[in-house]
Amino acid sequence: MKLAVLVNEGPYQHQASDSAYQFVNAALRAGHEVMRVFFYHDGVNNGTRLTTPPQDDRHIQKRWTALASEHNVDLVLCVAACQRRGLVDEDEAKRNGKDANNIAEGFRISGLGQLIEAGVEADRLVTFGD
Amino acid sequence: MEDEEYQGGEVKKFLYVNRRQPHGTVYALESLETVLIGAAFDQDVSMLFIDDGVYQLKKEQAPEGIEFKNFSKTYRALEMYDVEKLFVERESLEERGLAVDDLLVDVEVIPGSDVKALVDQHDVILSF
Repeated sequence: MKLAVLVNEGPYQHQASDSAYQFVNAALRAGHEVMRVFFYHDGVNNGTRLTTPPQDDRHIQKRWTALASEHNVDLVLCVAACQRRGLVDEDEAKRNGKDANNIAEGFRISGLGQLIEAGVEADRLVTFGD
Repeated sequence: MEDEEYQGGEVKKFLYVNRRQPHGTVYALESLETVLIGAAFDQDVSMLFIDDGVYQLKKEQAPEGIEFKNFSKTYRALEMYDVEKLFVERESLEERGLAVDDLLVDVEVIPGSDVKALVDQHDVILSF
């Protein structure tokens, strides 16, 4: 089955990102295709490379980044949600005159259209969040 | 970036389920943004307002006093985006002492017992 995933909550504050990650892994192991994980609302905070969780805790962003590189999963952060919350890639930094960027490897910033497209093209769109 | 067009041609039935009050969290505003962007994709779009989500359609909102953007007028513009199927759960209205006259837009009021069927009729559910 072709799956897409929506993550609506930030890391550590909420289990949504953890559950989505476990779900995507399980789905891939079971032979399903995961065409995209779309991060919306506070979910975009999963994509900053500046998080430094305690060493004895899971590193949520690095887990996603590893998943993207190992399984070629498309990790998309909503641009409008990013702009509100200070998630910036090189292009966005240039466009909005910011002095830094913070997007982790494996993530890309794009529009909400990517969520709609995922809804249209996937057999199931699975949401994680409240 | 936000005016991307979808060329796929496939049309699915989207249902946006709005469950939360307009302010307090950003979900209502960002849900509305999804609906507006999604309109460019020529999909079959419906919206359901349920629980505190019915407050999103309340007339005479004045969040300026708490320095929040008043986006309630945008619900009136949905028609221009061909988003015309707006459902409101009757019990959610009644529990909050609201009637259709209190709402900004024309809606179809449905009983809670019809919500499951409405959800079943749609391909993609986005619940905020």
